[in-house]
Amino acid sequence: MSEDYTPKSAFGKWFDKRLPLLTLFAGHVLAYPTPKNLNYWWTFGGILTFCLITQIITGLVLAMHYVADANLAFASVEHIMRDVNYGWLLRYLHANGASMFFIAVYLHMARSLFYGSYKEPRELIWIIGVFIFLLMIATAFMGYVLPWGQMSFWGATVITNLFSAIPFFGEAITNWLWGDYSVGSALLTRFFTLHYLMPFLIFGLVILHIWALHVPGNNNPEGIDVIKGSQDTVPFHPHYVIKDVFALVVFIIIFAGFVFFSPNILGHSDNYIQANPLQTPEHIVPEWYFLPFYAILRAIPDKLGGVIMMVSAIAILAFIPWLDTSKVRSSKYRPLYRQFYWLLIADFILLGYLGSQAATGIYLIIGRLATAYYFLHFILIMPLIGFIEKPKPLPKSISEPVLSKEEQKAKVEKAARA
Amino acid sequence: MNIDKDTDTKVTRRDFLYLTTGSFTAVGVGAAVWPFIAQMNPDASVKALASTEVDLSPILPGQSITILWRGKPVFIRRRTEDEIAEAQSVEIIDLPDPETDESRVLKSEWLVMVGVCTHLGCIPLGNKGDYNGWFCPCHGSHYDTSGRIRKGPAPKNLEIPSYVFLDDNTIKIG
Ligand code: HEM
Ligand code: FES
Repeated sequence: MSEDYTPKSAFGKWFDKRLPLLTLFAGHVLAYPTPKNLNYWWTFGGILTFCLITQIITGLVLAMHYVADANLAFASVEHIMRDVNYGWLLRYLHANGASMFFIAVYLHMARSLFYGSYKEPRELIWIIGVFIFLLMIATAFMGYVLPWGQMSFWGATVITNLFSAIPFFGEAITNWLWGDYSVGSALLTRFFTLHYLMPFLIFGLVILHIWALHVPGNNNPEGIDVIKGSQDTVPFHPHYVIKDVFALVVFIIIFAGFVFFSPNILGHSDNYIQANPLQTPEHIVPEWYFLPFYAILRAIPDKLGGVIMMVSAIAILAFIPWLDTSKVRSSKYRPLYRQFYWLLIADFILLGYLGSQAATGIYLIIGRLATAYYFLHFILIMPLIGFIEKPKPLPKSISEPVLSKEEQKAKVEKAARA
Repeated sequence: MNIDKDTDTKVTRRDFLYLTTGSFTAVGVGAAVWPFIAQMNPDASVKALASTEVDLSPILPGQSITILWRGKPVFIRRRTEDEIAEAQSVEIIDLPDPETDESRVLKSEWLVMVGVCTHLGCIPLGNKGDYNGWFCPCHGSHYDTSGRIRKGPAPKNLEIPSYVFLDDNTIKIG
């Protein structure tokens, strides 16, 4: 791989000797050894990179027309929609791009959770991922405030007020955040600044994420280590470049479907009403990708408690590498854990549904149970199952299950012919 | 750092230099960072808008108005006899945030308070809720006719701004 690489052209050789960018590219993209059994769940990394770059490019051009002032912001977004050439397209790409980004990140995280990709020696990859997720949440939340519609304003009000739950300093901290005694221009301007900055921080973390990945190499659906120097791996290019591109094209088709056929279906119509500090909309709902966490916030009857639980719901993810006590990575070989895995996914989706409903009566009770279960999964079920469960025998190499399947097929075919 | 034997036990000149350099650096960094943090606090122009005068004469008993003060709504309600009686009759020990009605008003007819839910900042709706006061639709907090929290996630009573009566029909808030 990289050691064997020498650029072909004279200029390439000259350049690479002084700055080995080409060697870096050859080693980490072209020749990078990748387990040959990766399935389509492994294509979301590439898709996420695409999403980040799309958000940065569309955001950059939106920022050329957008004005971050409470009196002008709403009108400037309408100006983008009506007057700016292709403004409607750029804005719809950016707004729906955020949703697509979250679809991809949730699937990517669910993949890692199922195949135990957070386990030794990949803990740091996972933890950096949790930080990326946190920054994405902050970025998307601040972005949603920028159009200064009713949901923007009241979402910002409710979320910034969470800080007032902090004992003693709560009020000072919220006034500091607002730069005012309420949500207004000062907050909008600083949110725009941060919304612009954070994607680049995410970009930096993505580089660390991939760097950390390229030290041990990819996990794989069998969850076992590849045997060095064996036929277990193939070079990233062309094998996974093609597979990733195919998945990306499918993803882009779905993305385009939203942008061109129902660009507002994932948003909230109240955000087309300009912010009014004197009137709260009947239902304040965050964007769909925050709903599970919003449900957790509302499940707790106490203000500070609710905030702590919501933050913990994300923070606990960083401890998963140590909460999971099983040595076996892939849930394919964990018959008991696998069932609880799907229960957790169902619980998370249920929380998302509850987050979209008014928190009263039966919804509130179910919300509390679902919240309790979410935490139980990580603090109790995950550590316990590692001790109780008897995993299925692991294959000796990642080639074995494939080969044995083929052998069986050959046998069956032979028998049929006979 | 065992260059000579004494340094093992004695405090040396070098230790002193390390500590002073370290402390001065910490103070210096702190002082340099402070303006970058403090710039986010409410600025002079925001603070300058801090007071508002309101004419109360058009408000009849049972009516309320909402005005904007420091970017926040302030409810001014001219309470009816029934509402006052209801507010005063409550056992304050039963309240989540115990306050007497008398301590929340200057004249019992006039209730002046910041119309921002003490939970997460939504604006409660008037003449609603289980206690005939205000109801916050966001997460279901109920306030009574004195603006005190009675039920729901909000931890505190609606805030009373500082205000004075300039004459019988005018108040100055802030
Ligand atoms: C992690 C990447 C990003 C995410 C998840 C994200 C998310 C969002 C969201 C959800 C909105 C609200 C869309 C709406 O309802 O109109 C928004 C608006 C906006 N974003 Fe971003 N964004 C990202 C990157 C960027 C970057 C890098 C820039 C600037 C260079 C930018 C500039 C803007 C501007 C100017 C708006 C306001 C215009 C509008 O509302 O359409 N964004 N962003
Ligand atoms: S903001 Fe009023 S109940 Fe939550």
